[in-house]
Amino acid sequence: MLTRGQPLTETAREVRQRLVQMIYEAKGGHIGGSLSSVEILVSLFFHAMRYDPRQPDSQERDRFILSKGHSVEGYYCVLAKAGFFPEEELSSYGKFGSFLYGHPTCKVPGVDVPSGSLGHGLGVACGMALAGKRDGASLRVFVLIGDGELAEGSIWEAVMAAAHFGLDHLVAVVDCNKLQISGPTREIMSTQNLAQRWQSFGWEVREVDGHDLDALNRVFDEVPWQVGRPQVLLAHTIKGRGVSFMENVASWHHGEMSPEQYEAAMKELGRSPEAGSR
Amino acid sequence: MSSTKPSCRHAFSAALLRAVEKDERIYVVTSDSRGSVTVQGLATRFPSRFVEAGIAEQNAVSIGAGLAKAGKRVFVCGPASFYSSRCVDQVKVDVAYAHSDVKIIGVSGGVSYGALGGTHHSLNDIAVMRTFPGLQVFLPCDAYQTDALTALLAASVGPAYLRIGRGPVPEVYPAGCGTSFRPGTAPILHEGTDCAIAAAGEMVYHALGAARLLEAEGIGVRVLDCWSIKPLDIETVVQAARETGLVLSVEEHGVYGGLGAAVAETLVQRHPVPMRILGFPDEWLPAGSSPELFRHFGFSAEQLAGSVRDALEMKGRVRRSP
Repeated sequence: MLTRGQPLTETAREVRQRLVQMIYEAKGGHIGGSLSSVEILVSLFFHAMRYDPRQPDSQERDRFILSKGHSVEGYYCVLAKAGFFPEEELSSYGKFGSFLYGHPTCKVPGVDVPSGSLGHGLGVACGMALAGKRDGASLRVFVLIGDGELAEGSIWEAVMAAAHFGLDHLVAVVDCNKLQISGPTREIMSTQNLAQRWQSFGWEVREVDGHDLDALNRVFDEVPWQVGRPQVLLAHTIKGRGVSFMENVASWHHGEMSPEQYEAAMKELGRSPEAGSR
Repeated sequence: MSSTKPSCRHAFSAALLRAVEKDERIYVVTSDSRGSVTVQGLATRFPSRFVEAGIAEQNAVSIGAGLAKAGKRVFVCGPASFYSSRCVDQVKVDVAYAHSDVKIIGVSGGVSYGALGGTHHSLNDIAVMRTFPGLQVFLPCDAYQTDALTALLAASVGPAYLRIGRGPVPEVYPAGCGTSFRPGTAPILHEGTDCAIAAAGEMVYHALGAARLLEAEGIGVRVLDCWSIKPLDIETVVQAARETGLVLSVEEHGVYGGLGAAVAETLVQRHPVPMRILGFPDEWLPAGSSPELFRHFGFSAEQLAGSVRDALEMKGRVRRSP
Protein backbone atom coordinates (compact mmCIF):
# COMPACT_ATOMS: atom_id res chain seq x y z
CA MET A 1 0.00 0.00 0.00
CA LEU A 2 0.98 3.58 -0.48
CA THR A 3 2.57 5.22 2.54
CA ARG A 4 0.80 8.48 3.32
CA GLY A 5 2.87 11.58 2.76
CA GLN A 6 5.43 9.67 0.72
CA PRO A 7 6.90 11.76 -2.09
CA LEU A 8 5.50 10.62 -5.43
CA THR A 9 9.02 10.32 -6.81
CA GLU A 10 9.53 7.52 -4.27
CA THR A 11 6.22 5.93 -5.30
CA ALA A 12 7.33 6.03 -8.93
CA ARG A 13 10.62 4.39 -7.99
CA GLU A 14 8.80 1.60 -6.13
CA VAL A 15 6.46 1.04 -9.09
CA ARG A 16 9.46 0.72 -11.41
CA GLN A 17 11.15 -1.76 -9.10
CA ARG A 18 8.01 -3.84 -8.74
CA LEU A 19 7.20 -3.94 -12.44
CA VAL A 20 10.76 -4.90 -13.35
CA GLN A 21 10.57 -7.68 -10.77
CA MET A 22 7.19 -8.85 -12.14
CA ILE A 23 8.51 -8.99 -15.67
CA TYR A 24 11.68 -10.77 -14.61
CA GLU A 25 9.75 -13.37 -12.67
CA ALA A 26 7.24 -13.83 -15.48
CA LYS A 27 10.15 -14.29 -17.90
CA GLY A 28 9.01 -11.46 -20.16
CA GLY A 29 6.73 -8.47 -20.51
CA HIS A 30 6.14 -5.09 -22.11
CA ILE A 31 8.82 -3.37 -20.11
CA GLY A 32 9.75 -0.35 -22.27
CA GLY A 33 6.28 1.22 -22.38
CA SER A 34 5.56 0.32 -18.77
CA LEU A 35 8.67 2.22 -17.68
CA SER A 36 7.85 5.24 -19.87
CA SER A 37 4.37 5.65 -18.39
CA VAL A 38 5.14 5.28 -14.66
CA GLU A 39 5.02 8.98 -13.72
CA ILE A 40 1.83 9.53 -15.74
CA LEU A 41 0.09 6.70 -13.86
CA VAL A 42 1.48 7.76 -10.49
CA SER A 43 0.34 11.36 -11.00
CA LEU A 44 -3.13 10.22 -12.07
CA PHE A 45 -3.72 7.58 -9.39
CA PHE A 46 -1.97 9.28 -6.46
CA HIS A 47 -2.65 12.93 -7.18
CA ALA A 48 -5.24 13.78 -9.80
CA MET A 49 -7.99 11.16 -9.83
CA ARG A 50 -10.89 10.88 -7.40
CA TYR A 51 -11.84 7.30 -6.56
CA ASP A 52 -12.27 4.92 -3.67
CA PRO A 53 -10.67 1.51 -4.22
CA ARG A 54 -13.20 0.02 -1.80
CA GLN A 55 -15.96 1.07 -4.22
CA PRO A 56 -14.47 0.18 -7.61
CA ASP A 57 -17.89 0.24 -9.30
CA SER A 58 -19.05 3.64 -8.02
CA GLN A 59 -20.59 5.66 -10.84
CA GLU A 60 -19.27 8.97 -9.50
CA ARG A 61 -15.56 8.12 -9.52
CA ASP A 62 -13.09 9.37 -12.12
CA ARG A 63 -12.35 6.76 -14.79
CA PHE A 64 -9.10 5.59 -16.29
CA ILE A 65 -8.58 3.51 -19.42
CA LEU A 66 -5.20 2.12 -20.39
CA SER A 67 -5.73 2.20 -24.13
CA LYS A 68 -2.10 1.13 -24.67
CA GLY A 69 -3.03 -2.07 -22.88
CA HIS A 70 0.33 -3.74 -23.36
CA SER A 71 1.91 -1.44 -20.74
CA VAL A 72 0.01 -3.43 -18.19
CA GLU A 73 2.69 -4.28 -15.64
CA GLY A 74 3.07 -0.72 -14.40
CA TYR A 75 -0.72 -0.36 -14.36
CA TYR A 76 -1.14 -3.48 -12.21
CA CYS A 77 1.52 -2.21 -9.79
CA VAL A 78 -0.24 1.14 -9.50
CA LEU A 79 -3.68 -0.47 -9.01
CA ALA A 80 -2.28 -2.70 -6.27
CA LYS A 81 -0.51 0.21 -4.59
CA ALA A 82 -3.74 2.21 -4.80
CA GLY A 83 -5.51 -0.55 -2.89
CA PHE A 84 -7.65 -2.20 -5.56
CA PHE A 85 -6.14 -5.61 -4.76
CA PRO A 86 -3.36 -6.91 -2.47
CA GLU A 87 0.17 -6.27 -3.72
CA GLU A 88 1.04 -9.93 -3.08
CA GLU A 89 -1.24 -10.83 -6.01
CA LEU A 90 1.26 -9.21 -8.38
CA SER A 91 3.48 -12.27 -8.06
CA SER A 92 0.82 -14.35 -9.87
CA TYR A 93 1.41 -12.32 -13.04
CA GLY A 94 2.38 -14.59 -15.91
CA LYS A 95 1.32 -17.73 -14.06
CA PHE A 96 -1.39 -20.15 -15.22
CA GLY A 97 -4.86 -19.11 -14.07
CA SER A 98 -3.83 -15.69 -12.76
CA PHE A 99 -6.42 -12.92 -12.98
CA LEU A 100 -3.54 -10.71 -14.09
CA TYR A 101 -3.40 -11.38 -17.83
CA GLY A 102 -0.78 -9.84 -20.09
CA HIS A 103 -3.31 -7.16 -21.02
CA PRO A 104 -5.95 -5.57 -18.75
CA THR A 105 -9.29 -7.33 -18.31
CA CYS A 106 -12.46 -6.68 -16.31
CA LYS A 107 -11.38 -9.45 -13.92
CA VAL A 108 -8.95 -6.97 -12.34
CA PRO A 109 -10.52 -4.75 -9.67
CA GLY A 110 -10.35 -1.15 -10.86
CA VAL A 111 -10.30 -2.04 -14.57
CA ASP A 112 -13.49 -1.05 -16.39
CA VAL A 113 -12.73 -2.27 -19.89
CA PRO A 114 -10.28 -4.71 -21.40
CA SER A 115 -7.62 -3.39 -23.74
CA GLY A 116 -4.73 -4.72 -25.72
CA SER A 117 -6.14 -4.38 -29.20
CA LEU A 118 -5.03 -0.82 -29.87
CA GLY A 119 -7.22 2.10 -30.80
CA HIS A 120 -10.20 1.28 -28.55
CA GLY A 121 -9.74 3.26 -25.36
CA LEU A 122 -10.51 6.76 -26.56
CA GLY A 123 -13.85 5.75 -28.10
CA VAL A 124 -14.92 3.97 -24.93
CA ALA A 125 -13.75 7.00 -22.92
CA CYS A 126 -15.97 9.19 -25.13
CA GLY A 127 -18.96 7.06 -24.19
CA MET A 128 -18.16 7.29 -20.48
CA ALA A 129 -17.60 11.04 -20.67
CA LEU A 130 -20.77 11.55 -22.70
CA ALA A 131 -22.82 9.67 -20.10
CA GLY A 132 -21.26 11.82 -17.38
CA LYS A 133 -21.94 15.03 -19.28
CA ARG A 134 -25.57 14.19 -19.99
CA ASP A 135 -26.11 13.15 -16.38
CA GLY A 136 -24.53 16.38 -15.17
CA ALA A 137 -22.12 14.22 -13.16
CA SER A 138 -18.72 15.38 -12.00
CA LEU A 139 -16.76 12.36 -13.17
CA ARG A 140 -13.72 12.88 -15.34
CA VAL A 141 -12.32 10.34 -17.77
CA PHE A 142 -8.60 9.86 -18.33
CA VAL A 143 -7.25 7.66 -21.08
CA LEU A 144 -3.61 6.77 -21.77
CA ILE A 145 -2.71 6.24 -25.42
CA GLY A 146 0.59 5.30 -27.02
CA ASP A 147 2.10 7.51 -29.72
CA GLY A 148 2.44 4.50 -32.02
CA GLU A 149 -1.21 3.70 -31.30
CA LEU A 150 -2.21 6.97 -32.98
CA ALA A 151 -1.87 5.18 -36.33
CA GLU A 152 -5.13 3.35 -35.56
CA GLY A 153 -7.94 5.04 -37.51
CA SER A 154 -10.47 4.40 -34.75
CA ILE A 155 -8.54 6.88 -32.57
CA TRP A 156 -9.37 9.66 -35.00
CA GLU A 157 -13.04 8.72 -35.11
CA ALA A 158 -13.02 9.24 -31.35
CA VAL A 159 -10.96 12.44 -31.58
CA MET A 160 -13.62 13.84 -33.90
CA ALA A 161 -16.52 12.73 -31.72
CA ALA A 162 -15.07 14.01 -28.42
CA ALA A 163 -14.70 17.50 -29.88
CA HIS A 164 -18.16 17.30 -31.50
CA PHE A 165 -19.74 16.44 -28.14
CA GLY A 166 -17.64 19.05 -26.28
CA LEU A 167 -16.33 16.52 -23.76
CA ASP A 168 -14.29 18.88 -21.60
CA HIS A 169 -14.01 16.41 -18.75
CA LEU A 170 -12.20 13.95 -21.02
CA VAL A 171 -8.40 13.96 -20.86
CA ALA A 172 -6.32 11.95 -23.28
CA VAL A 173 -2.69 11.50 -22.35
CA VAL A 174 -0.34 10.42 -25.12
CA ASP A 175 2.73 8.59 -23.87
CA CYS A 176 5.08 10.00 -26.50
CA ASN A 177 7.98 7.61 -25.97
CA LYS A 178 8.73 7.82 -29.70
CA LEU A 179 9.43 4.11 -30.16
CA GLN A 180 7.30 1.16 -31.09
CA ILE A 181 8.02 -2.52 -31.57
CA SER A 182 9.62 -2.16 -35.00
CA GLY A 183 11.57 1.05 -34.40
CA PRO A 184 11.15 4.84 -34.19
CA THR A 185 7.48 5.80 -34.37
CA ARG A 186 8.12 8.72 -36.75
CA GLU A 187 9.69 6.31 -39.25
CA ILE A 188 6.87 3.78 -39.03
CA MET A 189 4.06 6.32 -39.36
CA SER A 190 4.70 10.02 -39.18
CA THR A 191 3.85 11.80 -35.94
CA GLN A 192 4.76 15.20 -37.37
CA ASN A 193 2.81 18.21 -36.08
CA LEU A 194 1.08 16.11 -33.49
CA ALA A 195 -0.11 19.07 -31.43
CA GLN A 196 -1.53 20.80 -34.50
CA ARG A 197 -3.34 17.64 -35.53
CA TRP A 198 -5.24 17.46 -32.24
CA GLN A 199 -5.79 21.23 -32.21
CA SER A 200 -7.25 21.18 -35.69
CA PHE A 201 -9.79 18.57 -34.53
CA GLY A 202 -10.91 20.96 -31.77
CA TRP A 203 -8.91 19.71 -28.80
CA GLU A 204 -7.07 21.75 -26.21
CA VAL A 205 -3.44 20.62 -26.28
CA ARG A 206 -0.70 20.81 -23.69
CA GLU A 207 2.75 19.29 -23.66
CA VAL A 208 4.74 18.18 -20.67
CA ASP A 209 7.83 16.28 -19.64
CA GLY A 210 6.12 12.98 -18.89
CA HIS A 211 8.61 12.13 -16.16
CA ASP A 212 8.21 15.42 -14.25
CA LEU A 213 5.71 14.59 -11.52
CA ASP A 214 5.27 18.20 -10.40
CA ALA A 215 4.55 19.31 -13.94
CA LEU A 216 2.10 16.43 -14.47
CA ASN A 217 0.31 17.17 -11.20
CA ARG A 218 -0.01 20.86 -12.11
CA VAL A 219 -1.40 20.21 -15.54
CA PHE A 220 -3.96 17.70 -14.22
CA ASP A 221 -4.94 20.16 -11.46
CA GLU A 222 -5.93 22.68 -14.09
CA VAL A 223 -8.43 20.39 -15.89
CA PRO A 224 -10.56 21.53 -17.67
CA TRP A 225 -8.10 23.77 -19.44
CA GLN A 226 -10.85 25.26 -21.53
CA VAL A 227 -14.56 24.73 -21.03
CA GLY A 228 -16.26 22.98 -23.92
CA ARG A 229 -13.22 21.28 -25.41
CA PRO A 230 -11.67 17.88 -24.78
CA GLN A 231 -8.04 18.00 -23.76
CA VAL A 232 -4.97 16.08 -24.72
CA LEU A 233 -1.66 16.03 -22.91
CA LEU A 234 1.32 15.13 -25.05
CA ALA A 235 3.61 13.62 -22.44
CA HIS A 236 7.15 13.39 -23.73
CA THR A 237 8.77 10.34 -22.24
CA ILE A 238 11.67 7.96 -22.64
CA LYS A 239 10.90 4.37 -23.43
CA GLY A 240 12.58 2.15 -20.84
CA ARG A 241 13.03 5.12 -18.47
CA GLY A 242 15.02 4.32 -15.34
CA VAL A 243 17.03 1.38 -16.65
CA SER A 244 19.90 2.82 -18.66
CA PHE A 245 20.41 -0.11 -21.03
CA MET A 246 16.69 -0.17 -21.89
CA GLU A 247 16.28 3.57 -22.47
CA ASN A 248 15.45 4.46 -26.08
CA VAL A 249 16.04 0.88 -27.25
CA ALA A 250 13.11 -0.37 -29.36
CA SER A 251 13.85 -4.04 -28.68
CA TRP A 252 12.93 -3.50 -25.01
CA HIS A 253 9.31 -2.91 -26.12
CA HIS A 254 8.88 -6.48 -24.92
CA GLY A 255 11.69 -8.42 -23.39
CA GLU A 256 13.04 -10.98 -21.01
CA MET A 257 15.91 -10.07 -18.70
CA SER A 258 18.86 -12.30 -17.94
CA PRO A 259 19.72 -12.62 -14.22
CA GLU A 260 22.61 -10.22 -14.81
CA GLN A 261 20.38 -7.69 -16.55
CA TYR A 262 17.82 -7.97 -13.77
CA GLU A 263 20.50 -7.37 -11.17
CA ALA A 264 21.79 -4.35 -13.05
CA ALA A 265 18.27 -2.95 -13.52
CA MET A 266 17.34 -3.32 -9.87
CA LYS A 267 20.61 -1.75 -8.82
CA GLU A 268 19.87 1.30 -10.97
CA LEU A 269 16.40 1.46 -9.46
CA GLY A 270 17.94 1.49 -6.01
CA ARG A 271 17.05 -1.91 -4.67
CA SER A 272 18.93 -5.10 -4.04
CA PRO A 273 17.67 -7.76 -6.45
CA GLU A 274 17.55 -10.29 -3.59
CA ALA A 275 14.46 -8.49 -2.35
CA GLY A 276 12.53 -10.21 -5.07
CA SER A 277 14.19 -13.24 -6.53
CA ARG A 278 12.71 -16.06 -8.57
CA MET B 1 -47.02 -11.96 -49.12
CA SER B 2 -48.93 -8.82 -48.33
CA SER B 3 -47.14 -5.51 -48.50
CA THR B 4 -49.35 -4.21 -45.71
CA LYS B 5 -47.60 -6.49 -43.23
CA PRO B 6 -45.33 -4.69 -40.82
CA SER B 7 -41.57 -4.89 -41.12
CA CYS B 8 -39.33 -6.15 -38.35
CA ARG B 9 -37.43 -2.86 -38.25
CA HIS B 10 -40.62 -0.87 -37.66
CA ALA B 11 -41.64 -3.36 -34.99
CA PHE B 12 -38.19 -2.96 -33.46
CA SER B 13 -38.23 0.82 -33.42
CA ALA B 14 -41.74 0.93 -31.95
CA ALA B 15 -40.75 -1.50 -29.20
CA LEU B 16 -37.50 0.39 -28.59
CA LEU B 17 -39.42 3.64 -28.22
CA ARG B 18 -41.64 2.03 -25.58
CA ALA B 19 -38.55 0.74 -23.77
CA VAL B 20 -36.94 4.21 -23.86
CA GLU B 21 -40.14 5.74 -22.49
CA LYS B 22 -40.15 3.24 -19.65
CA ASP B 23 -36.46 3.04 -18.69
CA GLU B 24 -34.43 6.23 -18.52
CA ARG B 25 -31.16 4.31 -18.55
CA ILE B 26 -31.68 3.21 -22.16
CA TYR B 27 -29.51 4.98 -24.74
CA VAL B 28 -29.68 4.58 -28.51
CA VAL B 29 -26.58 5.02 -30.68
CA THR B 30 -26.65 5.20 -34.47
CA SER B 31 -24.10 5.91 -37.20
CA ASP B 32 -25.99 8.16 -39.63
CA SER B 33 -28.50 5.31 -39.68
CA ARG B 34 -31.50 6.74 -37.83
CA GLY B 35 -33.51 6.58 -41.04
CA SER B 36 -32.74 2.97 -41.84
CA VAL B 37 -33.33 1.99 -38.24
CA THR B 38 -36.52 4.15 -38.23
CA VAL B 39 -35.67 5.91 -34.97
CA GLN B 40 -36.03 9.51 -36.17
CA GLY B 41 -39.03 9.98 -33.88
CA LEU B 42 -37.15 8.58 -30.92
CA ALA B 43 -34.19 10.85 -31.66
CA THR B 44 -36.47 13.89 -31.68
CA ARG B 45 -38.39 12.95 -28.56
CA PHE B 46 -35.41 11.80 -26.50
CA PRO B 47 -32.40 13.79 -27.72
CA SER B 48 -30.61 13.38 -24.39
CA ARG B 49 -30.59 9.61 -24.78
CA PHE B 50 -29.90 9.47 -28.48
CA VAL B 51 -26.29 9.54 -29.70
CA GLU B 52 -25.39 10.19 -33.32
CA ALA B 53 -21.87 8.87 -33.83
CA GLY B 54 -21.61 9.83 -37.49
CA ILE B 55 -20.47 7.44 -40.17
CA ALA B 56 -18.10 5.68 -37.79
CA GLU B 57 -19.29 2.22 -36.78
CA GLN B 58 -16.15 1.41 -34.79
CA ASN B 59 -16.58 4.49 -32.66
CA ALA B 60 -20.34 3.95 -32.36
CA VAL B 61 -19.69 0.56 -30.75
CA SER B 62 -16.92 1.91 -28.50
CA ILE B 63 -19.08 4.85 -27.43
CA GLY B 64 -21.90 2.39 -26.74
CA ALA B 65 -19.58 0.33 -24.53
CA GLY B 66 -18.42 3.44 -22.68
CA LEU B 67 -22.01 4.52 -22.06
CA ALA B 68 -22.79 1.03 -20.77
CA LYS B 69 -19.80 1.08 -18.44
CA ALA B 70 -21.12 4.38 -17.11
CA GLY B 71 -24.40 2.72 -16.16
CA LYS B 72 -26.46 3.06 -19.34
CA ARG B 73 -28.34 0.29 -21.17
CA VAL B 74 -27.34 0.70 -24.78
CA PHE B 75 -28.73 -0.20 -28.20
CA VAL B 76 -26.24 0.44 -31.02
CA CYS B 77 -28.22 0.31 -34.25
CA GLY B 78 -27.30 0.32 -37.93
CA PRO B 79 -26.99 -1.82 -41.03
CA ALA B 80 -26.11 -5.43 -40.19
CA SER B 81 -23.62 -5.51 -43.07
CA PHE B 82 -21.45 -2.85 -41.43
CA TYR B 83 -21.91 -3.79 -37.78
CA SER B 84 -20.89 -7.38 -38.45
CA SER B 85 -17.72 -6.53 -40.34
CA ARG B 86 -16.48 -2.93 -40.04
CA CYS B 87 -16.34 -2.93 -36.25
CA VAL B 88 -15.90 -6.58 -35.36
CA ASP B 89 -12.91 -5.87 -33.10
CA GLN B 90 -14.96 -3.34 -31.14
CA VAL B 91 -17.80 -5.88 -30.80
CA LYS B 92 -15.29 -8.50 -29.68
CA VAL B 93 -13.32 -6.42 -27.17
CA ASP B 94 -15.51 -3.52 -26.03
CA VAL B 95 -18.80 -5.42 -25.98
CA ALA B 96 -18.28 -9.19 -25.64
CA TYR B 97 -14.95 -9.42 -23.77
CA ALA B 98 -15.90 -6.43 -21.62
CA HIS B 99 -19.38 -7.94 -21.04
CA SER B 100 -20.87 -4.52 -21.68
CA ASP B 101 -24.63 -4.07 -21.57
CA VAL B 102 -24.73 -3.30 -25.28
CA LYS B 103 -27.16 -4.68 -27.80
CA ILE B 104 -25.95 -4.53 -31.39
CA ILE B 105 -28.96 -4.23 -33.67
CA GLY B 106 -28.13 -5.18 -37.23
CA VAL B 107 -30.96 -3.83 -39.37
CA SER B 108 -31.61 -4.61 -43.02
CA GLY B 109 -29.84 -7.92 -42.49
CA GLY B 110 -29.24 -10.71 -44.99
CA VAL B 111 -30.17 -9.62 -48.51
CA SER B 112 -32.63 -6.93 -47.37
CA TYR B 113 -30.77 -4.39 -49.47
CA GLY B 114 -31.07 -6.72 -52.47
CA ALA B 115 -29.75 -5.03 -55.57
CA LEU B 116 -27.44 -2.69 -53.64
CA GLY B 117 -24.98 -5.54 -53.80
CA GLY B 118 -22.41 -7.38 -51.75
CA THR B 119 -21.23 -4.41 -49.68
CA HIS B 120 -24.72 -4.16 -48.22
CA HIS B 121 -25.51 -7.85 -47.77
CA SER B 122 -24.83 -9.43 -44.39
CA LEU B 123 -24.56 -13.11 -45.15
CA ASN B 124 -21.87 -13.93 -42.61
CA ASP B 125 -23.06 -11.85 -39.65
CA ILE B 126 -24.40 -14.83 -37.74
CA ALA B 127 -21.16 -16.71 -38.42
CA VAL B 128 -19.12 -13.82 -37.03
CA MET B 129 -21.26 -12.91 -34.06
CA ARG B 130 -21.88 -16.38 -32.69
CA THR B 131 -18.19 -17.03 -32.12
CA PHE B 132 -17.77 -14.46 -29.34
CA PRO B 133 -18.21 -15.90 -25.84
CA GLY B 134 -21.03 -14.23 -23.95
CA LEU B 135 -22.72 -12.63 -26.96
CA GLN B 136 -26.25 -13.89 -27.58
CA VAL B 137 -27.43 -14.00 -31.20
CA PHE B 138 -31.09 -13.69 -32.12
CA LEU B 139 -32.86 -13.64 -35.47
CA PRO B 140 -36.60 -12.96 -35.27
CA CYS B 141 -38.95 -14.14 -38.02
CA ASP B 142 -41.71 -11.53 -37.93
CA ALA B 143 -42.89 -8.27 -36.43
CA TYR B 144 -44.53 -9.84 -33.38
CA GLN B 145 -41.40 -11.78 -32.48
CA THR B 146 -39.22 -8.71 -33.11
CA ASP B 147 -41.38 -6.73 -30.74
CA ALA B 148 -41.13 -9.45 -28.10
CA LEU B 149 -37.36 -9.86 -28.48
CA THR B 150 -36.78 -6.11 -28.31
CA ALA B 151 -38.67 -6.01 -25.02
CA LEU B 152 -36.68 -9.03 -23.85
CA LEU B 153 -33.38 -7.33 -24.69
CA ALA B 154 -34.46 -4.08 -23.05
CA ALA B 155 -35.17 -6.00 -19.87
CA SER B 156 -32.02 -8.13 -19.81
CA VAL B 157 -28.44 -7.20 -18.98
CA GLY B 158 -25.49 -8.19 -21.16
CA PRO B 159 -24.33 -8.22 -24.75
CA ALA B 160 -26.44 -9.45 -27.66
CA TYR B 161 -26.72 -9.23 -31.42
CA LEU B 162 -30.18 -8.95 -32.96
CA ARG B 163 -30.47 -9.16 -36.73
CA ILE B 164 -33.63 -7.86 -38.31
CA GLY B 165 -34.79 -7.42 -41.88
CA ARG B 166 -35.81 -4.31 -43.72
CA GLY B 167 -38.97 -5.03 -45.67
CA PRO B 168 -42.45 -6.17 -44.64
CA VAL B 169 -42.61 -9.83 -43.67
CA PRO B 170 -45.53 -12.24 -43.38
CA GLU B 171 -46.77 -13.09 -39.92
CA VAL B 172 -45.73 -16.31 -38.27
CA TYR B 173 -46.95 -15.27 -34.85
CA PRO B 174 -50.20 -13.31 -35.23
CA ALA B 175 -50.29 -10.01 -33.35
CA GLY B 176 -51.62 -10.55 -29.87
CA CYS B 177 -50.89 -14.30 -29.90
CA GLY B 178 -49.28 -13.95 -26.51
CA THR B 179 -46.37 -16.26 -27.28
CA SER B 180 -43.32 -15.47 -25.18
CA PHE B 181 -39.74 -16.32 -26.03
CA ARG B 182 -36.92 -17.45 -23.80
CA PRO B 183 -33.31 -17.52 -25.05
CA GLY B 184 -32.24 -21.07 -25.84
CA THR B 185 -35.70 -22.29 -26.81
CA ALA B 186 -36.91 -23.17 -30.30
CA PRO B 187 -40.70 -23.24 -30.66
CA ILE B 188 -42.00 -26.19 -32.69
CA LEU B 189 -44.39 -24.57 -35.15
CA HIS B 190 -45.38 -27.66 -37.14
CA GLU B 191 -45.28 -31.30 -36.11
CA GLY B 192 -43.97 -34.15 -38.22
CA THR B 193 -41.74 -37.20 -37.99
CA ASP B 194 -40.43 -37.63 -41.57
CA CYS B 195 -37.97 -34.76 -41.36
CA ALA B 196 -37.28 -31.55 -39.47
CA ILE B 197 -36.53 -28.07 -40.72
CA ALA B 198 -34.56 -25.79 -38.43
CA ALA B 199 -35.28 -22.30 -39.72
CA ALA B 200 -34.63 -18.74 -38.60
CA GLY B 201 -35.77 -15.30 -39.65
CA GLU B 202 -38.10 -14.91 -42.61
CA MET B 203 -37.27 -18.49 -43.65
CA VAL B 204 -39.48 -19.76 -40.83
CA TYR B 205 -42.53 -18.62 -42.79
CA HIS B 206 -41.36 -20.31 -45.98
CA ALA B 207 -40.45 -23.49 -44.10
CA LEU B 208 -43.95 -23.55 -42.64
CA GLY B 209 -45.36 -23.13 -46.16
CA ALA B 210 -43.28 -26.10 -47.31
CA ALA B 211 -44.46 -28.17 -44.35
CA ARG B 212 -48.10 -27.48 -45.24
CA LEU B 213 -47.57 -28.37 -48.89
CA LEU B 214 -45.88 -31.64 -47.93
CA GLU B 215 -48.54 -32.45 -45.37
CA ALA B 216 -50.99 -32.71 -48.25
CA GLU B 217 -48.70 -35.36 -49.74
CA GLY B 218 -48.55 -37.28 -46.49
CA ILE B 219 -45.05 -36.12 -45.57
CA GLY B 220 -44.71 -34.93 -41.98
CA VAL B 221 -42.27 -32.04 -41.50
CA ARG B 222 -41.38 -30.69 -38.08
CA VAL B 223 -40.55 -26.98 -38.22
CA LEU B 224 -38.40 -25.42 -35.51
CA ASP B 225 -38.20 -21.66 -35.12
CA CYS B 226 -34.53 -21.29 -34.19
CA TRP B 227 -34.70 -17.54 -33.47
CA SER B 228 -32.25 -18.06 -30.62
CA ILE B 229 -29.21 -19.06 -32.63
CA LYS B 230 -27.03 -18.60 -29.58
CA PRO B 231 -27.85 -20.10 -27.20
CA LEU B 232 -29.32 -22.80 -29.44
CA ASP B 233 -32.05 -25.08 -28.15
CA ILE B 234 -29.84 -28.14 -28.28
CA GLU B 235 -32.35 -30.56 -26.76
CA THR B 236 -35.13 -29.66 -29.17
CA VAL B 237 -32.75 -29.95 -32.13
CA VAL B 238 -31.41 -33.33 -30.95
CA GLN B 239 -34.92 -34.57 -30.27
CA ALA B 240 -35.99 -33.55 -33.77
CA ALA B 241 -33.06 -35.46 -35.23
CA ARG B 242 -33.78 -38.51 -33.11
CA GLU B 243 -37.48 -38.57 -33.99
CA THR B 244 -37.24 -37.70 -37.69
CA GLY B 245 -33.81 -38.96 -38.79
CA LEU B 246 -33.37 -36.08 -41.26
CA VAL B 247 -32.72 -32.39 -40.60
CA LEU B 248 -32.67 -29.48 -43.02
CA SER B 249 -31.64 -26.01 -41.98
CA VAL B 250 -32.67 -22.89 -43.86
CA GLU B 251 -31.62 -19.31 -43.26
CA GLU B 252 -31.06 -15.97 -44.97
CA HIS B 253 -27.31 -16.35 -44.55
CA GLY B 254 -24.38 -17.96 -46.29
CA VAL B 255 -24.09 -21.72 -45.93
CA TYR B 256 -20.97 -21.35 -43.80
CA GLY B 257 -21.08 -20.64 -40.10
CA GLY B 258 -24.73 -19.73 -39.58
CA LEU B 259 -27.71 -21.59 -38.12
CA GLY B 260 -26.94 -24.60 -40.31
CA ALA B 261 -23.46 -24.82 -38.88
CA ALA B 262 -24.78 -24.43 -35.34
CA VAL B 263 -27.26 -27.27 -35.90
CA ALA B 264 -24.64 -29.44 -37.60
CA GLU B 265 -22.12 -28.85 -34.78
CA THR B 266 -24.78 -30.02 -32.36
CA LEU B 267 -25.98 -33.06 -34.28
CA VAL B 268 -22.62 -34.39 -35.35
CA GLN B 269 -21.70 -34.61 -31.68
CA ARG B 270 -25.02 -35.59 -30.15
CA HIS B 271 -27.05 -37.50 -32.72
CA PRO B 272 -25.67 -37.64 -36.27
CA VAL B 273 -28.34 -37.86 -38.97
CA PRO B 274 -28.32 -36.91 -42.65
CA MET B 275 -28.54 -33.15 -42.92
CA ARG B 276 -28.84 -30.47 -45.56
CA ILE B 277 -27.79 -26.86 -45.00
CA LEU B 278 -29.80 -24.44 -47.13
CA GLY B 279 -28.61 -20.87 -47.44
CA PHE B 280 -26.87 -18.61 -49.90
CA PRO B 281 -23.96 -20.30 -51.67
CA ASP B 282 -20.33 -19.25 -51.31
CA GLU B 283 -20.45 -16.66 -54.06
CA TRP B 284 -21.20 -12.96 -54.58
CA LEU B 285 -24.86 -12.79 -55.47
CA PRO B 286 -26.45 -11.47 -58.67
CA ALA B 287 -28.30 -8.15 -58.55
CA GLY B 288 -31.88 -8.53 -57.47
CA SER B 289 -34.48 -7.70 -54.87
CA SER B 290 -34.72 -9.82 -51.79
CA PRO B 291 -37.78 -11.80 -53.10
CA GLU B 292 -36.00 -12.31 -56.43
CA LEU B 293 -32.90 -13.59 -54.68
CA PHE B 294 -34.97 -15.87 -52.44
CA ARG B 295 -36.62 -17.39 -55.51
CA HIS B 296 -33.36 -17.63 -57.48
CA PHE B 297 -31.70 -19.55 -54.66
CA GLY B 298 -34.68 -21.77 -53.86
CA PHE B 299 -36.24 -20.40 -50.68
CA SER B 300 -39.94 -20.27 -51.65
CA ALA B 301 -42.27 -22.75 -49.94
CA GLU B 302 -42.54 -24.77 -53.16
CA GLN B 303 -38.78 -24.87 -53.66
CA LEU B 304 -38.14 -25.78 -50.03
CA ALA B 305 -40.70 -28.58 -50.36
CA GLY B 306 -38.66 -29.82 -53.33
CA SER B 307 -35.49 -29.73 -51.21
CA VAL B 308 -37.27 -31.80 -48.56
CA ARG B 309 -38.34 -34.40 -51.15
CA ASP B 310 -34.74 -34.62 -52.43
CA ALA B 311 -33.44 -34.95 -48.90
CA LEU B 312 -35.94 -37.69 -48.10
CA GLU B 313 -34.50 -39.64 -51.02
CA MET B 314 -31.03 -39.12 -49.54
CA LYS B 315 -32.35 -40.27 -46.16
CA GLY B 316 -33.64 -43.45 -47.80
CA ARG B 317 -30.17 -44.19 -49.11
CA VAL B 318 -28.33 -43.48 -45.86
CA ARG B 319 -28.63 -46.00 -43.04
CA ARG B 320 -30.52 -44.43 -40.21
CA SER B 321 -28.25 -43.77 -37.25
CA PRO B 322 -28.95 -45.69 -34.02
